Formats: sequence, structure tokens, C-alpha cells
Amino acid sequence: MKKLGPYLILLVLLAAGFSLATVVQGRADNWKVRGQPNDVLNVALGDWRRMFANQFFVQADVSFHSGYYPSIFDQAHAPKDTRHLTAKEGEPAAEEHEKRMQFLGAPRDWIERFGRHFLITEHTHLEGKKEREILPWLKMAAELDPQKIDTYAVAAYWLRDLGKVNDAERFLRQGLLNNPDSYELLFDLGTLYYRDKHAPARARKLWEFALREWVKADAAGKKPDLLKLDEIAVSLSHLEEQEGNLPRAVELLELAKKASPSPGSLQRQIDELKQKLAARPPAPAPGSR
Amino acid sequence: MSTVLAIASVVIKELYRRKDFYVLFVLTALITLVMGSVSFFHDTSIVRYVKEIALLLIWISALVIAIGTTARQIPAERENRTIFPLLAKPVTRAQVILGKFAGCWLACGLALIVFYFFFGVVSGTREHYWPLMSLLKALWLQWVMLGVVVALVLLGSVVFTAPSSNATICFIVVLGILLLGRYLNQVALQQAEPLRSVVYGLYFLIPHLEWYDVRDFVIYDRNLAGWLDCGLATLYAVIYMAIFLVGTWLVFRRKPLNL
Repeated sequence: MKKLGPYLILLVLLAAGFSLATVVQGRADNWKVRGQPNDVLNVALGDWRRMFANQFFVQADVSFHSGYYPSIFDQAHAPKDTRHLTAKEGEPAAEEHEKRMQFLGAPRDWIERFGRHFLITEHTHLEGKKEREILPWLKMAAELDPQKIDTYAVAAYWLRDLGKVNDAERFLRQGLLNNPDSYELLFDLGTLYYRDKHAPARARKLWEFALREWVKADAAGKKPDLLKLDEIAVSLSHLEEQEGNLPRAVELLELAKKASPSPGSLQRQIDELKQKLAARPPAPAPGSR
Repeated sequence: MSTVLAIASVVIKELYRRKDFYVLFVLTALITLVMGSVSFFHDTSIVRYVKEIALLLIWISALVIAIGTTARQIPAERENRTIFPLLAKPVTRAQVILGKFAGCWLACGLALIVFYFFFGVVSGTREHYWPLMSLLKALWLQWVMLGVVVALVLLGSVVFTAPSSNATICFIVVLGILLLGRYLNQVALQQAEPLRSVVYGLYFLIPHLEWYDVRDFVIYDRNLAGWLDCGLATLYAVIYMAIFLVGTWLVFRRKPLNL
């Protein structure tokens, strides 16, 4: 009896464990909600995962700047949006970002002056295919917070830049699975099809969806990004112009003008298109032969 | 000198006889290798995230070893009553302190050599590039910083009653300095008097351990400070080590040895 005791206890524990597993399995299936992360870690972390996701996204930004980044005490200078992560040298977004990142200032005392020898003080961005170093942080951020649109947008941008078009498409589609009404991701996927896969028909469909979602978001009072409307409308307009559908191209440029930071250049494009329209021979009337 | 080295050698033997170092090293190696085996977007040449995680783990492990090993040195001698035959050798209290300090500091150095060798192998096999000078400077600076930490914990071990409270307080202080030390002057300027003077005074008094955290230079392949700056930083650390060790001796020489 004494020898049997521990074995009996082990058997009872095994049976209890097996029974519990059959009960928990059914409950665990309910934890999988469409558009939500579906593993136990994410369920256990709850809203903390968004905090970790944000931290990983910031880490991607730190990595992009090769360690030169404002601390929590320099937050007035911290990048407020993510345009610098996808802006090339010379673009207005990049230049504005350059000004904001001069946060160090003159050292206030000898300790700070000497300490700067052991601190990265030069503002640089990764280049020469080294941008791939930010991808792991973006991937982890997306896993923890699939609703953060910027993560997918930035990662897809750099994947395309690195020549990994299929990976970019897959990542954008993963983002759309989790955020089906995201006009940003629809636009980016359309851009991928237009520029990298040379499939204008698919690009047009996606940009049309993006425009529809933008309008829906605006009607719902969500204050969608005006610059994105400008990009969507201008891209669609160029497509329409290439296909000879000039009236629609003008209509889209007029829409973009309302949101554009440079309406003057768009007005010039509208004027050119109107001149082309006016110079076009009128279409033959139906049944005139 | 031979007495100090004899006491130090006992501390070093304690390091490789206890499980602490092996557990921390295996954990660090396991986590680093698991993270390194993950492929992100089918790109096996991405390496900086592995370096970042590995160096963070090395720093945490080194601090745990330094604080954990040092916090129990003198209290353990007193508890086991081995301090009496030690001082009867004759070994002076100053020699005991110096011996314990040297042993803990050298033990940290040996642990760091193993950690950095592992780090060098892992990052080198991925990057196909071995920045030996950078790694050497980073190792040296971290070791020097740990010397200050060891001296601080040794002072704590004669001030506080229990090793656990000493270790906890020292951990908090060291982490606080590493995270906030650089910015205390900015915080001070935002306060009204007399708090501004207090915070600014604290800023000048604390040992600036954050100088020695040069992980970002190794991770992002930036040029580290020159040898002159490293030398000055070493001198700064040695001064603080001396201050803490003298403080330890002043407290310990008057302390009764029986609990």
C-alpha cells in the first residue's frame, strides 16, 4: 500500500490533467477572434501587448536611426508620425524630420560634455540595404498589435525597397486580414501591384477600394488622413489619364486638390488635362454612319 | 598583496563552483541562439536584433553576478564565523575588503570574457565581420563599470543588515543611474529651488555608470570613443571605486564581527 500510494496520486493527477485539457480546449477555441491575435501569450498579456508593440515599433525607429534617438526627456523632438521612416533624402518630410532631430543642443556641464563621447550624437538613417535591420522589430510589433497600421505600411515599404515584393504583398495582406477597412493598406497594396508587379488593373481596383474606405471613414467622423486622400486620388488620376479617361482624371485631381499641401501644382495638372480634353476631336455621335 | 590575492582567489573559485554563472550563461546563450534561429522575411543576414538582445542579456547577467556575488561575501563570512580565523591569520580588515573586492571584480571580468567571446562568435558568424577593437573597448568599459558596482555593493554589505536588502537596494540604485543618470541635469532645470539644487547636487555626486554602456556603438557598428576618453573614464571609475572602498573600510573597522 505504501509503495502504491505515490503511483495512485500520479494516476489521479494524470486523469485530472487529461480532463482539464478537454474542458480548456473548447474554451481556448473561443479566444480566437477574427482580426485578433490568437495565441495564449497575447490573450494573457491583454492590453499590455499594445504597449510592447509600441515599444517594438519605437525600437524599429531607433534601429533606423542607428541608435541616435530622443529620450523620454526629449519627447518634444520625438518624431510624431512615421513619414520619415519611408521618406527618401531630399523629400520635404525628410528635411522637416532632420530639423526636429537636432534635439541634443549644447552640453550644460562637463559631465554631459564628457558623456557625449560615449553617446551616439550623429543623426543618420540606415541605407544601402541595411534597412532590413528594422524588419524583425516591425514583425514583432505586428504580432503583438495587429491593429497598428503603420507597422505594416513601413515594413511593406522597405520590403519592396529591398526587392522582397512577394513578402511585402504577403505582409500587407496579413495587415488587411486584421484591418479590412484600412485605406492606407489598400493603397499600399495597390501601389505594390502598380509599381512592382505592373498590374494596373488590380492596382486600380485596390485604389478604388481605398478611396471608398477613406470616404466611409470621413463620413463616420473618424478624421482620416487628408494626405492619404491626396495620394490615392492622384495615383488613380494618373491611371485614368494613362487609360485616356481624362474627365475622370480631372475629377480625381479636383478631389486631391482639397487635401493636397501643394494645390498649385495640382491645378496646373488639371489645366493641362482640360487643354488635352479640349484639343481632343469630339467622339462620333452614335448611329451617324 | 599576496594575502589580498589569496582571498581573491577564493572568491573566484566560488564563482565557478556555484551554479549562478552557468545558469545565466546557458540562459543567455539559449535565448540568443533561439532568437538568432528565427528567420524574418526569409532573410538570414539580419543580425542587429540578435546583437541587441544578446548584449542586453549580457549586461543583465553581469550585473546579477556582480551584485549577487558581492552582496553575500562579508555577511556570509560573519554568519559562518569564518571571519574570525581569517582575521586571526593575521589579515587586516582592509586586506579582507580589498581581497573580496579584487575577487569579485576579477570574477566579473572572467565572466565577461566568456560572455563576450560567445557574443563575438554569434555576431561574427552572421555578419562575417569581427570588430575586435570595438568589442575589447566595450568589454573593458563594462568591466570598469562593474568595479564601481562591486565597490558600491561591498559598502552596502557593511551598512545594511541582510544581503537581500543590500542587493535589492544596489540593483535599484544602479538601474536608476543607468537609466536616468544622464538626464538628471535636465530634470533639475525643470524644478524649482531648493529641489533644483538637490537634484543637481545628486547629478554631480553619483558615479555616471551610463557612460560605460556603449552597447549601441557595438550594435550599430559606430566608432567608439578613443583610448584617451576610455582612459579618462577608467580613471573616473577608479576614483569612485576608491571612495566606496575607503567608505567600506571606515564602516567595517568599527563594526562588531559577531551577529
